[in-house]
Amino acid sequence: MSNNTLLLGAVAYDPKVVLIWDGFQAYFAKQGLRFDYILYSNYERQVAAQFAGQIHVAWNSPLAWIQSERIAAATGRKAEAIVMRDTDCDLTSIIVVRSDSPVHAVADLKGRRVAVGAADSPQATLIPLNFLGAQGLDPGTDFEVIYFDKLPGKHGDHIGGERDAVRALLRGEADAACMIDGNHLLFSQEGVIQSGTTRVLATTPTYDHCNFTVLDGAPGELVDRFRDLLLDMSYADPSIRPLLDLEGLKQWRAGRTEGYAALNQAVNRFGYVEPFVRQVAASCG
Amino acid sequence: MRVELGELGFDEGGGLLIKRALRVAGPGGQISVSGSAPDLALHLRSWCRSEGHELQWFDADALITGASNVAARWSGAERSGSPDPSTPNSVAEHPPQFWGLAARGALIESGSPEFAFTLADKIEVWSADAGRIYAQGAAAQWDPTTAIPWNANFDLPPEVEDAVVQIMTYLIENETAALIVPSRLVSQLHPHFREVMQVLALQAADEARHIEVFTRRALLKRKELGLSTAGGQASLKTLVEEPDFAVASFLLSVLGEGTFLSLLWFLDRHASDPVTATVCRLAAQDEARHVAFGMAHLREHIAQDPGVLPKLANAVRRRHDVLQNTAGLNGEVFDALLLIASGSWAPSDLRQGHQNVMKLLQEMDELRQKRMVHIGFNAAEAQELSALHTRNLM
Repeated sequence: MSNNTLLLGAVAYDPKVVLIWDGFQAYFAKQGLRFDYILYSNYERQVAAQFAGQIHVAWNSPLAWIQSERIAAATGRKAEAIVMRDTDCDLTSIIVVRSDSPVHAVADLKGRRVAVGAADSPQATLIPLNFLGAQGLDPGTDFEVIYFDKLPGKHGDHIGGERDAVRALLRGEADAACMIDGNHLLFSQEGVIQSGTTRVLATTPTYDHCNFTVLDGAPGELVDRFRDLLLDMSYADPSIRPLLDLEGLKQWRAGRTEGYAALNQAVNRFGYVEPFVRQVAASCG
Repeated sequence: MRVELGELGFDEGGGLLIKRALRVAGPGGQISVSGSAPDLALHLRSWCRSEGHELQWFDADALITGASNVAARWSGAERSGSPDPSTPNSVAEHPPQFWGLAARGALIESGSPEFAFTLADKIEVWSADAGRIYAQGAAAQWDPTTAIPWNANFDLPPEVEDAVVQIMTYLIENETAALIVPSRLVSQLHPHFREVMQVLALQAADEARHIEVFTRRALLKRKELGLSTAGGQASLKTLVEEPDFAVASFLLSVLGEGTFLSLLWFLDRHASDPVTATVCRLAAQDEARHVAFGMAHLREHIAQDPGVLPKLANAVRRRHDVLQNTAGLNGEVFDALLLIASGSWAPSDLRQGHQNVMKLLQEMDELRQKRMVHIGFNAAEAQELSALHTRNLM
């Protein structure tokens, strides 16, 4: 792998991903940073590629971050979250019911049906199901889980699964639906949720979302330059603003990892990533 | 500032009140929000995060601190002139391509995409009269169904009816060219020149209506249309393919439609039936506006840049050279015109009709020269160029 060009991996969950990274590539070039990117169809492929030394930085989902952190721990390496979006911080997921539902407490979900997003979605599946589990309801045992698996491997980046889950709720095919907090407002604006037709049953504690992940051994000078350029980006700059709008942020922030505790607990509860972690760790040996 | 939403949800319009308050408070300003809608806290939390505003709760009241970058989007924005063209600097000489489709006078965000409007210089397209001509045109629109006495009771001699059908067939073909040319130009015109865009669009709509009424008149008593000649189409093809705005406008509006004006008024005067007379009169009224606009903007263009005159003159000569081996106005059209002007086969009527057609051709020539002198040619050039005008008339 060339060490004079910073190579980034990103998952192609939407065609706009090409626009975003082509735009950043042109911006970085103007700032004197040689930069290129590789698109992967799923996060597992991207995580494995980073451990195989094919990319320097991975634009990771929170689940991909946990996978990377665990593989790093298993192989004696170190993963670092260097930058994230302002909109990645302090998110919550919500569990909503129909406003006329007899369900008024989490315990009332016992024996009922809960619609979730993709099986690998932290925000629409893993974190809220773990939250319910922590309240004493075992998913799949105490209540039925209905998955809306849009684009597996993309870790819920595509919101279609959450939209389908809430539609199932409104059609009466589920008794509750899980989603990230911001999508409730989005679905209201889209008209999927009519105002007053749903009620928030529970809200999870806050958690964080995506980050740029680097592993030890990445070219320090290039990574530092990349991080500095991101953190220096201003929403007032018209050449970069459309890209920030597409990526859904106003400002980049320094990475932090405290916000992944809830997802770590969820992953522990469901044992969700262990086979993959073992497989990649073994290939690193 | 305090926003009391009561039971109004953020997604029911409450968001608008909050945005307004934040706008007034300015970047970094604070507002407090209270309300009892069930999802208010949820929606405020996610909305503030996506917009970069800071949100704190004090019991049931939310305190929102507006993002410092909330106004950043408009920091480099620029005003694209002014909607009123009579105010100073309202119409830019060279509007930037990134002003794009924005209304003239709008505040345009920097970083807007570049368009590729090829007609983007004021000198080439603008006329101070454009707004007036557009308003006049918009007010003069007529309804083909009600403006023409389609049910009038008349019967022309069969050959005269055939002549009318032939003339209508010729007019439809020419008006089709007159529709295509402004349509093509308007798609290349920078929308900053709003009034010109509107004039051209109305011009195309006028021609669409003319095509309709000429077709209806042709088929009023007959089932088939008349003839279309290779020479006529060759002449019109040179118009349709002319890429230059000034040249296209000169050839079409000043020379072509100007000449057609005489023809349409002639048909109005000499037609033996009220339907033919009315469709020609109404079309002539529209064509007069098209000619007026072509003359107005060319006169202004030439006044600022007399160097465009040789280009226009050469275009007429070039077109003449291209068309010199074609038949020009086809014999059938000429004969039809003669018959309509005569109204019958009687030798005395034919002689009078012929004299009238000769007078028409002379009038067309004189008016073409007058118009050319009006926009800036000298009399000798106008005489030479008028003689080279296409024999197809348009």
